[in-house]
Amino acid sequence: MAAPPPTVVAMNEPAIRVEGLVKTFGATTALAGVDLEVRRGSVLGLLGPNGSGKTTTVRVLSTLLRPDGGRATVLGHDVVADAPAVRLRIGLTGQYAAVDDALSGVENLRLIGRLLDLSRRDARRRTDELIERFGLAEAAGRRVKTYSGGMRRRLDLAASLVGRPDVLFLDEPTTGLDPRHRNEVWEHVRALAAEGTTVLLTTQYLEEADQLAEDLVVLDHGEVIASGTPASLKADVGGQLLHVRPLHRADVGAVATLLGELTAETPAIDPTGELTLSGTPALLHRLGVRLEEDGVPVAELGLRLPSLDDVFLTLTGRPAEAGPATEEAA
Amino acid sequence: MTTTTNTATNTAPVPTTVAQPPPRTGARHGPSTLRHGATLAWRGLVKTVHSPEALIDVTLQPVIFLLLFVYVFGGAIAGDTSAYLQFALPGVLVQTVIFASAGTGTGLADDLHTGIFDRFRSLPISRAAPLLGAIGADLARYATSGVIMLVFGTILGFRTSAGPLAIVAALLLVMAFAFALCWVFTALAMLVKDPRSVQGLGALISLPLTFGSNVFVPASTMPGWLQGWVDVNPVSKTADAVRGLLLGGPVAGPAGTALLWAAGITLVFAPIAVTLYRRRT
Repeated sequence: MAAPPPTVVAMNEPAIRVEGLVKTFGATTALAGVDLEVRRGSVLGLLGPNGSGKTTTVRVLSTLLRPDGGRATVLGHDVVADAPAVRLRIGLTGQYAAVDDALSGVENLRLIGRLLDLSRRDARRRTDELIERFGLAEAAGRRVKTYSGGMRRRLDLAASLVGRPDVLFLDEPTTGLDPRHRNEVWEHVRALAAEGTTVLLTTQYLEEADQLAEDLVVLDHGEVIASGTPASLKADVGGQLLHVRPLHRADVGAVATLLGELTAETPAIDPTGELTLSGTPALLHRLGVRLEEDGVPVAELGLRLPSLDDVFLTLTGRPAEAGPATEEAA
Repeated sequence: MTTTTNTATNTAPVPTTVAQPPPRTGARHGPSTLRHGATLAWRGLVKTVHSPEALIDVTLQPVIFLLLFVYVFGGAIAGDTSAYLQFALPGVLVQTVIFASAGTGTGLADDLHTGIFDRFRSLPISRAAPLLGAIGADLARYATSGVIMLVFGTILGFRTSAGPLAIVAALLLVMAFAFALCWVFTALAMLVKDPRSVQGLGALISLPLTFGSNVFVPASTMPGWLQGWVDVNPVSKTADAVRGLLLGGPVAGPAGTALLWAAGITLVFAPIAVTLYRRRT
């Protein structure tokens, strides 16, 4: 019963291979030579702040944009020279839910099915499956205009799955969703991955990447600044982290100086005034004593394992989510 | 090493269900483009039927135009509304369809704006299919508007001496002209990305084109310079030909000029629109 794959690609060939990808828009360099690989059947998280080149990467890989340099293949097919073959095998869920507002959920999915050359009957059957799977039965006949944000996103995801893609691109699939709907989308992505779909997911949320992705690539200003598993990236930052947040903003400088004295290291400082650096229980103790002596009131003080936020902060010197640092990038 | 285990888990659970799209090789050209275009035209029509605004545009707008022009201006212009109805209906038919063709631009700009074109472009369909679909749906809309106008005009008292063939010819002529114009509006939509600006600029084209013609008023009452424009305006020629077809009178001359215009506009603007479309998409 196991049919051979329609295209002959060496099984150890990665699902997605990107080499030296360059894309410029006028004077702006969106991608400055990106290299990455996505293993077959794995979930890769492409992580980075706004404007780091995540969406451009996805648009090149899904054949929507031509790169200016480098090359990229999806399942062995070049995204420029062999774009039609790529389109047969991929699904794309964009940042802005690309479904038709004026059509119902069912009509949207059937439309995609028909465009994929399914017969009327198969398009209907596939639509019913997806409506069921994504819990849209109740709203299936309603115009998408009336859908909530979470329903739209689910329909969008369903639309990208009509053709049973081998590779799925999810460009910020949960941006703007509340936590409950975010969890729903995550469950669907996990299920797809479990079925063997290769997923490339972009996100600004480190938690999302941590939850879903087996491998991470961190982009900044169109360049890959780090890659590896979430665990290895966290390990790069070091073991435990000491974090301290003075009660008064005015004390941040004094605490930084104090930490410098105790460890000869410079702590990272985030916009909330939290200072972080690698630490041990002994350091925690000494810092506590000194803060007590100096009479510096503290809101938070403790040790923790690094999060991906810490990874990003350590790699770029600024926090992952749009903070004051985005202005200097502009 | 890890890759091997990965591919193993990859191949195992791939569901082999009936709905698997068949492998398509030469699906880029010819019949599949038309088939996908037809599917997308279906989408355009379902959209129209679903959305009250669009449906009103197609059905109610011709009725309102006809009522307004005939009963507001008719008495003043022709001294008698029923005489004016005879004169104005063919022209209002042309005007309605031109206004509808401006909607092609707005619709396309809208699609580009919302990102649904990204979805289409990520599918293995020809790039021409969405454009064909938009235009196909619009042709159906023009025809609907035209038929509604004729039926409603007849209810109001419009009488034609024409047989069914002449009526169909009149509708086809109007559609040919609207088809030519929809390339202008498509080019506009590709240049000006914002759907609202497309609508505004579209009116800037369609208003002088329709009002600066002999559609509502015979050109003889206008100043010389305006008569010059009205005489060459393809809308006048199309309206003349439609009058000839529906009411009797010369057909070949104005119809020939109108068709030449339509062909000329298409030859100039279709390549521009398609080039811009390819660049945008």
